[in-house]
Amino acid sequence: MAEPLLQVQGLSVAFGGLRAVDDVSLSVPRASLTALIGPNGAGKTTLFASISGFLKPDAGRVVFDGHDITGQAPHLNARAGMTRTFQIVQPFAAQTVRENIAVGAHLHIAGRKAALAEAEQVARRVGLAGQLDRPAAELTVAGRKRLELARALATRARLLLLDEVLAGLNPQEIADMIPVVRGIAAGGITVVMIEHVMQAVMNLAAHVWVLAQGRLIAQGSPAQVTRDRKVIEAYLGHGTAARLRNAVSP
Amino acid sequence: MKDMGTIAVFVIVVAAVALLSSSGVTLNFLMMALYAMLMAQAWNLLGGFGGQFSFGHALFFGSGAYVQAIAQLNGGINPWLALPLAVGAAAVVGAAIGALAFRYGLKGSYFALITLAFAEVFRILALSAPFTGGGVGLMLPLRRAASNLQFDSPRGYVLLALALVTLGLLVTAWLRRSRFGARLQAVRDNEDAAQALGIDPFRIKLVACVLSGAFMGAAGAFYVQVFQYIDPGIAFGPTTSIEALLGAIVGGMGTLWGPVLGALALQALSELTRNLFGALPGINMVIYGAVLVLIVMFMPRGIAGLGLSVRTAWKRRGGNDHG
Repeated sequence: MAEPLLQVQGLSVAFGGLRAVDDVSLSVPRASLTALIGPNGAGKTTLFASISGFLKPDAGRVVFDGHDITGQAPHLNARAGMTRTFQIVQPFAAQTVRENIAVGAHLHIAGRKAALAEAEQVARRVGLAGQLDRPAAELTVAGRKRLELARALATRARLLLLDEVLAGLNPQEIADMIPVVRGIAAGGITVVMIEHVMQAVMNLAAHVWVLAQGRLIAQGSPAQVTRDRKVIEAYLGHGTAARLRNAVSP
Repeated sequence: MKDMGTIAVFVIVVAAVALLSSSGVTLNFLMMALYAMLMAQAWNLLGGFGGQFSFGHALFFGSGAYVQAIAQLNGGINPWLALPLAVGAAAVVGAAIGALAFRYGLKGSYFALITLAFAEVFRILALSAPFTGGGVGLMLPLRRAASNLQFDSPRGYVLLALALVTLGLLVTAWLRRSRFGARLQAVRDNEDAAQALGIDPFRIKLVACVLSGAFMGAAGAFYVQVFQYIDPGIAFGPTTSIEALLGAIVGGMGTLWGPVLGALALQALSELTRNLFGALPGINMVIYGAVLVLIVMFMPRGIAGLGLSVRTAWKRRGGNDHG
């Protein structure tokens, strides 16, 4: 088997006395689509932040494509081919959709014209082609989520860490977005997604990690982990079971 | 390119007025307006496009002014050759302050405060250092000759300032259509997102600070050549810093023509108040303050933003007619 694209070994991040991420190890195979789930406050976003360089881990190692990148600045990680999106979308509000995506494209394209042209192509892949000249501030939540995705794609990343790209979307918008994410993965890009929308996780992910109170408590196929007793307990009992039933058959 | 066309029109119109007019009042007004435009442009490079609001741009202005004066007085250097030295020195000060502030992640009001503090430190140093002439200031010997960068009529200064402002316009136009400009605006709008897209905010902001400092230094050197005099209060005092940021904010931050329009409007306002209130000292600053409050409250995008919103409204209307 080929070497995994991303390996996380014994990663820990503490805020004061709180261990937000506690000795987490996982390895992400190349060209896979995987998901990280867990109750609110489990440390999922903190884990993403410490993998991508926004937070310096207190212990552990992050190895991307054979290189130790532990604690390396985010812009260097992006250059190496790993980028993240943000749960709370962060558009460059004053700029148009095309200009927003071009900022990502500029990572590998120096020319303005070529970067703007690339932005147009990327916009087509995520279904934003019709809104290229609108200011990013005018987009709906769904549009902004697509924009986050497009900007990250435009950097020609090989590993995308998607932080809740489906959160805040209505069922129709989620249904529209799922093929977009699947299309990205089918194009050979490795995707790890943090997601609460179980419908999407069941639909998309081949492998799921479950984080609770900073620790990995389970992993496996979506079907396996949703039956796992520890997982159901982590989500505080029967509430989760009901939510899962709803999510599977909307 | 559309920007190049409008810049060409601007240069032709201003040059035509400068060359055809023989009125001292007109030429003086034009000279001071262009000088204010240059400062507003300098501030706009870092504040408008980079989102780093400096309250101490006098720091770069004064560095340029003193180097321009000292190079001539102590070094015997021709003022035309002193000009690039002055610009370079201001750029170096920009690099030093930028490196210090951005290395430690100072943003927003903290960045404003550190620039303000450094301008004050420089002012106090200039008051006490021997080579700056202390509180008395430095006076250039009067020797009017184009070769000595001292012109008989304001016309020469107008043309020099026009050249500098045009350079400022070209640099700003380049920001609007270059990778560096796109990255600078990305950092301004959202530093985290910019970093996730492979941008090093430190380096980008540092370069903007150097550029901004260089243009502000040119304004300082220009001031010295026009008035043949500089003292610590003029060089590093808050008035200059406020004039620079006011022009850019009133005109419209992060736009090509905002600083030009803003500085022009403020210069006209200052002439008007001088005519209305006579020599009441400091009255123009009081009026400026009121204007700033009004602009921030009712026109946050400045004069250029006003034109922009009219244009989008027009476009919208046109679009609806079709649809």
